[in-house]
Amino acid sequence: MVELENIGYRIGRSWLVKDINVTIKSGMLWGLVGPNGAGKSTLLRLISGELLPTTGEIRCFGQPIQSYEPKELARIRAYLQQKRDMNFPFTSLEIVLFGRHPYLNGTKETDKDVSIAKGALQQVDADMFEERLYPTLSGGEASRVDVARILTQAPDLYLLDEPTNHLDPRYQVQILNLCKSICSRGKTVITAIHDLNLASMYADQLLLLRNGVAVACGPPQKVLTLDMLSEVYGIPFDVLPHPDGYSWVMPSLDTL
Amino acid sequence: MQKRTKILFILIGLLPISMCIAAGVGAYQILPWRIPEILFSQKDGFAVLVYVRFPRIILSAVVGAMLAISGATLQGIFRNPLADPGLIGVTAGAGLGATLWIVLIGGGALGIWGLPIAAFACGMLATISVWKIAEGEGKVSTLTLLLAGIALNSFAGAGIGLMTFLADDEQLRSLTFWLLGGFGGATWPVVFITLPIAIIGLLVLSRQAAALNAMSLGESEAYHLGVSTETLKRWSIFGVALTVGAAVSAAGGIGFVGLVVPHLLRLLGGADHRYVLPGSAVGGAILLVSADLFSRTVVVPAELPVGIVTALIGGPFFLWLLLRFKREIFL
Repeated sequence: MVELENIGYRIGRSWLVKDINVTIKSGMLWGLVGPNGAGKSTLLRLISGELLPTTGEIRCFGQPIQSYEPKELARIRAYLQQKRDMNFPFTSLEIVLFGRHPYLNGTKETDKDVSIAKGALQQVDADMFEERLYPTLSGGEASRVDVARILTQAPDLYLLDEPTNHLDPRYQVQILNLCKSICSRGKTVITAIHDLNLASMYADQLLLLRNGVAVACGPPQKVLTLDMLSEVYGIPFDVLPHPDGYSWVMPSLDTL
Repeated sequence: MQKRTKILFILIGLLPISMCIAAGVGAYQILPWRIPEILFSQKDGFAVLVYVRFPRIILSAVVGAMLAISGATLQGIFRNPLADPGLIGVTAGAGLGATLWIVLIGGGALGIWGLPIAAFACGMLATISVWKIAEGEGKVSTLTLLLAGIALNSFAGAGIGLMTFLADDEQLRSLTFWLLGGFGGATWPVVFITLPIAIIGLLVLSRQAAALNAMSLGESEAYHLGVSTETLKRWSIFGVALTVGAAVSAAGGIGFVGLVVPHLLRLLGGADHRYVLPGSAVGGAILLVSADLFSRTVVVPAELPVGIVTALIGGPFFLWLLLRFKREIFL
C-alpha cells in the first residue's frame, strides 16, 4: 500500500505537483493521465523516493519512503524511465541482470540471478536478443529489455513512466497484460500513460492530473468523461461505450 | 572458463613477462632468464637491475595501472567513453603545481621530494575545488563536475603557459621534460611512496565496479537500482584524484593510457566494470612498461619522454579503434 498525504513539490517558485492525496491499495493497476507537463513523471519520481516532496509525506508499506536505505528500497519498488541512453556495449542480458543489483551478495550474480533474468526476457519476448548489444536495439526492443530489467528487480511496487511508448499495438497489449498479471499476484503498478484508450481498458483506477493538481480520481469510466477530458486537454472529445464495457475516447475530428 | 576470466588471466600472465623483458633490455643487455641467477649471485648487472631497472619498471607498471583504472572509472561516472583521467582537474592542477615549483621556487628545493609534493598537493586542491563547485544541497552534479573540470583545466593551462613564458632556459628544459612525462627519475624511495597510495587507490576504485555498472544506465536509474549515487561519486572521485595525483607526481603528464586501455578492454570482453576495472589496471601496467622500454631504447643513448611515446602510439591506435569499431563502442 502506498499513501500520498498532501504531496507537493516545488522548484523555485513553481509547484510541479501540489496537494496530492491518494491511497493506493496493493494489487491495483493505477494509471496517471493528463496533458504533457501535468506532473505525471514528477509524481512517479516522488513516489520512488528519488525526489523529496516539498510538502507532505509518502508512505510505502506503512513506512515513510525516506526511511528506507537505497538498496532496501530497490527491492521494494522499481522504476521504468521514459528516456534511456547507454554509451557502453552491454548486452541485453547484462542490462537485465542490473535488476539483480539490489540483491547482490558480493559482486557477482548467481546462477539463480541469471535464470531469473532469462525468464524475464522470455516474458517480454526478448530472449532472442539476449546476446545483442543493448545500444544496437531499436526503441521498441530496448523498451522490452527495460521492462525485463524491472521484472528482474522483483519489487512489490512497479512505477512505470510510459511503458508503452515506442511499442507496436501487440507489445503495448502484451506489456499491459503483464502489468495485469503482476497486479493479480498482489503487486501494485502505477503507470503514467498517454493512450487514454489503453488506460481505460486496463487501469483499475485513474488519476487525472493538470498543472500538478489532481482534477479527477477514480475508476476510468468516472474519470474519462467528455466534460472532464475537454476541459483538461482543451479540445473536444468523443466518448463512446465499447461493447466490452469500458469507455472509448478520442478527440473530435471537427477541431482539426 | 568465461571469456573475460580468460582475458584477465592472459593479461596477468603478460605483465611479469613484459616486466622481465623490460628488465633485460637496455644499454646493458641481460637475458631475462638469467635474472634470478644474477640476483642470487649478486654478480655483473646486479646494480643495473636492482638500482636502475627494477624501480623504473615497477613505477611504470604502477603508474600505468593507476592511470588506466582511473580513466575507466571516470568514463563510468560520466557515462562517457571519451572521459580521460585528467577531466576532474587533477592532472592540470598537478602540472601547474610542478611548474610553479620549478619556476618560482627552484626545482632542487627540498631535494627530490619538493616537486612531487607540490604537484600532488596542487592536483588534490584542483579536484577538491572542482568538487566543491559542483556540490549543492548535498548532491554533486556530474555535469557541473565535468564543466568545472574543463574550466579548471583551461585555467591551469594558462598558469602553466605563463610559467613557461617566465622560465629561463634551464627551467624550461626541466619543465618541458616534466610535462611530457617520464620514468628517468625512478628510484626506490619514489616507488615506496607511490606504491601504498596506489594500493589504496586501486582498492577503493575496484570496489565501485558493480555500482558503476548500474550507473551506466543513468544516475537516477542507478538510484532506483539501489546505488547510493552520492557515495559512489565521492569514493570514485577520491580514488581517481589519489591515483592520478600520485601518477602525475611520480612521472609527470602521461596521456592516452587512461583513454585507450579501457576501450581496448571493452572491445575484447564487453563493458562490465567488474572486468573492465581490473583488466584496465593490468593492461595499463603492461602498456606503460612497454612504452617506457621503447622510450629508453629507441634513441639510445638519449631517452624519449614516455608521454610522447604513449601519445604517438595512442593517437593513431585510438583513431583506428574509432574507425574500425565505430558501431560497437561509440553508439
